[in-house]
Amino acid sequence: MIYVGTVADIPDGEAVRVQGEVAIAVFHVEGTLYAIDDTCTHQDASLSDGWVDGCAVECPLHAACFDLRTGRPSGPPAKKAVRTHRVVLADGHVWVEETVGVEAEARAGVPVAVGAGESA
Amino acid sequence: MRAITVVGASLAGLAATRALRDQGFDGRIVVVGDETHAPYDRPPLSKEFLAGALSAEDLALTTPEDAELAAEWRLGRRATGLDAAERTVVLDDGERITTDGVVLATGARARPLPGTVPAGVHTLRSLDDALALGADLAPGVRLVVVGAGFIGSEIASTAVGLGAEVEVVEAAAVPLERPLGTEMGLVCAGLHAAAGVRLHTGCGVAEIVGSPRVTAVRLTDGRELPADVVVVGIGAIPNVEWLAGAGVVLDDGVATDAQGATSVPGVVAVGDCANAHRGYTGSTMRLEHWTNAVQQPVGAVAALLGRVHTPAPHHEVPYFWSDQYGHRIQFAGHRTPDCRVEIAEGDPAAADFLAVYLDPAGNPVAALGVDRARSFGRMRRQLGSRLAAAS
Repeated sequence: MIYVGTVADIPDGEAVRVQGEVAIAVFHVEGTLYAIDDTCTHQDASLSDGWVDGCAVECPLHAACFDLRTGRPSGPPAKKAVRTHRVVLADGHVWVEETVGVEAEARAGVPVAVGAGESA
Repeated sequence: MRAITVVGASLAGLAATRALRDQGFDGRIVVVGDETHAPYDRPPLSKEFLAGALSAEDLALTTPEDAELAAEWRLGRRATGLDAAERTVVLDDGERITTDGVVLATGARARPLPGTVPAGVHTLRSLDDALALGADLAPGVRLVVVGAGFIGSEIASTAVGLGAEVEVVEAAAVPLERPLGTEMGLVCAGLHAAAGVRLHTGCGVAEIVGSPRVTAVRLTDGRELPADVVVVGIGAIPNVEWLAGAGVVLDDGVATDAQGATSVPGVVAVGDCANAHRGYTGSTMRLEHWTNAVQQPVGAVAALLGRVHTPAPHHEVPYFWSDQYGHRIQFAGHRTPDCRVEIAEGDPAAADFLAVYLDPAGNPVAALGVDRARSFGRMRRQLGSRLAAAS
């Protein structure tokens, strides 16, 4: 698991980048955390620098949009999906379980609500 | 509408075709393209493709899903005339395609030097151009780039990476002065020197020397730069000559309204060939920008189908980017000569900054970022929201 930071490190509407086998972007959208590959599948650009609009992020270089829930491109020019990763929240700390190898094809990453995993 | 012809099979033509299907058009679509290649992405031609990091296959714009477009592709065929009243497109082999609507997306071509030129002198616009130029570039080759605009600068950057010895000639005193202004033009010019590329400004090309192959470039100030290869990057010309006499109003391209409608009902124009009215500036501008070619057809196709399309405000802000010498340059908005520049972040001397262009009233109207993708993106949105607030 890759440590991302505390929930407070990722304000709503923002993203942070962490390094797994590849760079991973972790987004906070209205109380939910999503993790996807950081590099746009179209051309070399960092999606964590992109603009979040609902459950999509727009690549900062072109207008390629990716669905944060599925990693699928929702518009041209991107053709390939980015991988999604499981986000784990424990006591206010955020971790990412990187999706590797063939798993990437089969499994969608799991977002997590910011309030989840908190002790009552 | 039962049938529509799209003239032009590059980014704008493909975007128009996809937009037609996205917006529910289920009739016949004929797409005409003068290149034999299926639609491909041009920006990498001067960068990753020329450097050998991307293959021709990587440039393909179409995906397997595009088979569902069910378009009839006429590739390797050039449109030579339009009968606007009949909406008939005439091809170079005599075929006449009559449909209910026509999308003009014929793009632009590289402006050549006047007269005939010896072998080894290139322009770069197409995949075939890039293959020809790439075959001439090798370590130690002496390359002279004519024109320090974005395309020339990108080629210079890539050629340096390939081990060529590169010099750049620019007729203006300051490169990129019109789009970026003097101050920022000089900052971008500095990227050449930092990479060991000599930039000669304020001098034109008097003669390309050599026969049958280029040996030198003689400048208007009398100097002669030895050259094994020359690339000419001095702008582009819209491909609209074939429309002469068709009744479509031409004015540095095809004149259109903000939606892309031309002077002829049922005929719209998009991409590099369209001189469209822009909400952002309140004036007409012909944009040769990649994002324009992707976004403009969505509205034009809507107009053709009698629908209304409201683009996202930040999509109305003209935008382009350029990758040079390991730096990502991004520009949004439109600079006018009375603008002043303010550095919002970073340091131009370190080629890492965000600059904002302010009009005389102090309002931001454009932004230039070098390696500042995130804050640049925010500024771009801000420029768009200002537009939305004004309308």
